[in-house]
Formats: sequence, structure tokens, C-alpha cells
Amino acid sequence: MTAFPLDPRALTNDVSSEPIRAGFGRGLLAAGELDERVVALCADLTDSTQMHLFKDRFPRRFVQVGVAEQNLVTVASGMARAGKIPFTSSYAAFSPGRNWEQFKTTAALNDQPVTIVGSHAGINVGPDGATHQMLEDIALMRVIPNTRVIAPADSIEAEKATRALASDPGPSYIRLARDATPVFTTADSPFEIGKAYVLRSGTDISIITTGTMTYQGLLAAEILADRGLSAEVVHVPTIKPLDEETILNSIRKTRYAATIEEAQIAGGLGSAVAELASLRCPIPIDRFGMKDRFGESGTPAKLLEVFRLTGPQLADDIEQCVRERTAAASLAAPTEVADALAH
Amino acid sequence: MITRESVVHSDEDLKRIAGTIRRDIISMLAAAKSGHSAGPLGMAELLAVLYFHSMLHDPQNPDWDKRDVFYLSNGHTAPVLYAAMARAGYFPVDELQTLRQFGSRLQGHPERLALPGLESTSGPLGSGLSQAAGYAYVLQEIDQVNQRWVYTIMGDGEINEGNVWEAAMFAGKYALGNLIAFIDRNNIQIDGSTEDVMPLRDLRGKWESFDWHVLEIDGNNVRSIIDAIGLAKAVTAKPTMIIANTVPGKGVPFMEYNHRWHGMPPTSEQADIALLALEGATAP
Ligand SMILES: Cc1ncc(C[n+]2csc(CCOP(=O)(O)OP(=O)(O)O)c2C)c(N)n1
Ligand SMILES: [Mg+2]
Repeated sequence: MTAFPLDPRALTNDVSSEPIRAGFGRGLLAAGELDERVVALCADLTDSTQMHLFKDRFPRRFVQVGVAEQNLVTVASGMARAGKIPFTSSYAAFSPGRNWEQFKTTAALNDQPVTIVGSHAGINVGPDGATHQMLEDIALMRVIPNTRVIAPADSIEAEKATRALASDPGPSYIRLARDATPVFTTADSPFEIGKAYVLRSGTDISIITTGTMTYQGLLAAEILADRGLSAEVVHVPTIKPLDEETILNSIRKTRYAATIEEAQIAGGLGSAVAELASLRCPIPIDRFGMKDRFGESGTPAKLLEVFRLTGPQLADDIEQCVRERTAAASLAAPTEVADALAH
Repeated sequence: MITRESVVHSDEDLKRIAGTIRRDIISMLAAAKSGHSAGPLGMAELLAVLYFHSMLHDPQNPDWDKRDVFYLSNGHTAPVLYAAMARAGYFPVDELQTLRQFGSRLQGHPERLALPGLESTSGPLGSGLSQAAGYAYVLQEIDQVNQRWVYTIMGDGEINEGNVWEAAMFAGKYALGNLIAFIDRNNIQIDGSTEDVMPLRDLRGKWESFDWHVLEIDGNNVRSIIDAIGLAKAVTAKPTMIIANTVPGKGVPFMEYNHRWHGMPPTSEQADIALLALEGATAP
């Protein structure tokens, strides 16, 4: 297993914070320096999606398409066919929210290296409300064949992921967030498309996370440790293709998983893990995230609390789920699962 | 009940109401600490005329089956709609101060299920004209109801969206004479001037070529708006597009014409200055 260095301040009050999208902006600029085929397209949101860095440095390789997300990805597909490596940005609610079919047909099925950069995903969009809180994107994009789906956990990882996508081009979706969130990985932390990483080892339960929720999962694991539950935290920045071996190694050991994502639990990371587990290691799984409801206006902090997506709340809820499952399992006829949970 | 072309509201009244709406916009945005300033301020006269003069509607009975219908397509301009609705009596004026807060009926972008009186949920741009056309089609072609009109307002940046032009063809094909649409022609969108981001150039020609009746007016002049609606109703064989030239940030000197105020709220100090300017502008 690769060691995964965390910032020494990661779990302290001194942890710094920055929006994940800022890392994308830097990564795109760096990718543009390395490869002149990289081009950037935006739909009237250049600053907030952080494409302005690329635009200022490479004005000829930046394309403003106006408020027109369907045109955004289809123009990009044409540019890809002409030899370019296009990154297209808007808010996730509109791209891929509005141009899913265009992406599926002209990028994925057509195998053109178009990347959709979905900024402002999740409920941390805050006061803009439900119309702008993209929660269905992981599910939408994960079901398209020949498409990679990546949700970096912080701005440092977003920078690496962007560079990785540019140097290994293919139809892709990368999910970014608006609000400043903790920067807890380091320049030396590994990132490879298709790899999951064990950020903390444990023996009782596996906490499997992606995007902004990885940090909350780490906090939850810390709290659970004080309560006598040893949690392994598996960070899954690439939801597709899924790093099956890393996930299986963890759940074969712990025999229980809690998945956490700032997205609908239907069809998201939790579903991907459940699909894998049902075939190769059937264990109980509890999925945390948005439970089949829309978001609403409020500050990001307030909304995380309302939807119980903060580390302390997740620790409570995971603990309760584990206890309920243990009780239920010991009531039922002894099974492998009950044994595992009751140890 | 507010009746269509009610005698109660003179042009002077409507100007005063637009001023009140502007002050509401500033105070609610300052309280919310997020949201959009420029577009809503420029649209105050449009909403004042619709809600206090031209539309037949009843704030006590929002689903009244004789009402005229209004779709706010550029949902980010919610503050101007909320202010007009509160002043018209849909909900208490005090509630404006809850804009964008957790639990408020005044969501950051309008949500039909949150607030009685909204015909739809908007924010993602480009969907209002199609919905308005769908409603108008039912009235004109299926239910054959006369004397009900369907209104919508779109932003000028918003009409970059392909969905708008799909609706343009549809409404032109079915000659939806009961459909009256406005473009808030304020020449700004997020990344700058509309003509830099995605030039609209000859808007009149574009809509005329889609078989629309097109009018172009000063959208900050209540009399021009009222007269244009009158002309729109007189043309029954075509949908009408009213290109309403407005000033983004209207009434607040440091916001006017500046696209940077598209999506920023005033600070409380800026709000004080803005309110002073607005008081001056609407003083008798
Ligand atoms: C489908 C969609 N894409 C992008 C956005 C983000 N957005 C909100 S307002 C806006 C600019 C719209 O310009 P305009 O309609 O002229 O509004 P104004 O700036 O004049 O208020 C954009 C791109 C959105 N709300 N919906
Ligand atoms: Mg505009």
C-alpha cells in the first residue's frame, strides 16, 4: 500500500482552506504550459470556474461560448477531433446538468478527449439554493461508458487531477466545489487516475469517501477511534474507473463500510461500492450523503449540518448504524456477517 | 384583487412603486449578503407595471383560474420579483429580509413549491420562454380561452441558450398571440458586455425572422412598458417580443452599467449610500 502523506495540520484548527476549484485553475494553467494542445472553453463563468488564469496566459487557446452549455461540449468535441485537448467549464448544475446527452454521444461514444469541469457541485454552493446545488452529477456521469469521473478532495489534489487528465486525455468529468474547504493533502501525496488511497488504517469499519467528504470522513474516524471503533478511511478520488482492489482489501478486512459523498446516495460512490461488494464481498454498507431530497438555500456550514455531513455528526450516525447492525445480527441466526460485526 | 389596467395606479404611482421595489432590493440583498444586484435594479419598472397595472392576478388567490401568468426566466433576478410580490400583497414585506436564509420561502432562486404565486422554479437559464409558450399554447390552441395573457422576462445574456431559440421557433410556428415576452436588454452578463461575450447584434431582426411581433422600448419608463403591452395585445396573430432597454444597476450610481455588479450584493455601507441615492431619485 502506498503511504499517503497528510498535512501535519490536517486535523488541527490550523488547517488552511481554499476552494477546490482554485486548484483546478492552477492545474489547467500548468497543463497548458506543458502541452499546447490543451484548450479551455467557458460558458460565461470564467472567473468563478477559475479559468481566468488560463485565459490570461493563453488568450488564443481560450474560447468564450456564452451561456450555452450544449454548445460548450459539442464545440469542444469538434475541437478535440481537430487535435485539441479541451477542458470545458461551467457550474455542475448546468454542465453536465444540461448537456449530458451531447457529452455522451459526441465525447464518450465518439471517444473524444473532452473534459467537463463541473464547478460548484454539492450543497456547499449555499444560498443560491437547490437549482444550483448539483447532487446528481456523480450518478449521471458514472453510468456513461468510456468516461472517467473524478472528485478531488482538496485544491492540491484538484491541481494534480487536472494535470493528470490533460496528460492522459479521454472523455472525463471532474467535480469541483465552490466553498473554501480544508487543504489536508500535500504536494507529495500520490494521485493517479483510477487509484483509491487508504488515508488511515483501521480494523473495524471502512469509511469510503470522495471529494469534500473525505475530510469529514477523516474527522469522523478520529472521533470513532476515541469511542473504540477503529475506522479505515479509503479516499476514492476516481469514482470511475473504480479501484476495486483497494476497496476490496479494506472491506474484506473490516466487513462493514460506510460511504460518504456530498451527492445523492442513489447512483453515487456508495452505489458503486455496493455494486462491487454485492458481487465480490457481500457485507453491510450504510451510505451517507443526500438521501433522495433536494437541497435549499442556507450557508454552506448550516447546510452541511442540516444534512448531517459534518465529521462529528457522521461519527454519531456511523456508530449508531454499526450498533444497530450488530444488535440485529446477533439476534438473527449466527452468520458470517453477524460474527464479523460482533467481534 | 388587482384588476388588469386598474385605475388605481397612475404612471406616477407606478414610478413610486418601482422606487420602493428598488429600495427593497437593496435592503434585502444587504441582509442576505449574497445575491444579484444589477439585473433586478434594472427591472423594477417592468415588474411594477406587470404586478400593479397590466396583469390580472389576485395575491389572495394565487391559483385563480382567470389570472394572467408570469414566468421569471432569469431566476437570478429573484429579488425584484419577491419585492414586487410582497408589495402586491402575496406575503408580508418583512419577509423580504429572509432572502436566501435557511428555511426562508425566498430561496436564492425562485422555487414554486416554496412560495405561493410562483408559476415555476427558475435559475438555470433559458427555460422560461418554453414554459410560457407551453402555457400559452394550452390557452390558445387547446382550451381556447381568450383574455388571458402569458408573460415572461428573460435576460439578454440568457438568450445565448439554445433552448430560447427552440422556443422562439415554436411560438412563431403556432402564432401564440397571447404570449408577451420581454428581454431585459441591459447589455451585461457575467463575463462582461453581452456584445463581447456573445454578440446579440440585431435582436429585432432575429426575432422578426422567427415570426414574432417585435417592439423596442425604454424599459425603465413605465409609460413605454404599458403602451408596449397594449400594442402586444392588439397583435393577436403573433407572439410579441418586447426588447426592453434597461440600465443595469439603475438608480444606484456606483452600480449602473457595471457588469461586476451582476452577482454581488452591496455591503451594509454600500447599501446605505444606495438607499440615499434611491430616496433622492424618487423624492416628489
Ligand atoms: C443554464 C445556466 N447557465 C449558467 C448560469 C449562470 N449564470 C447566471 S446569470 C448568468 C448571466 C446571464 O446574463 P443576463 O441574462 O444578461 O443577466 P444579467 O447579468 O443582465 O442580470 C449566468 C451565466 C445559469 N444560471 N444557468
Ligand atoms: Mg443582461
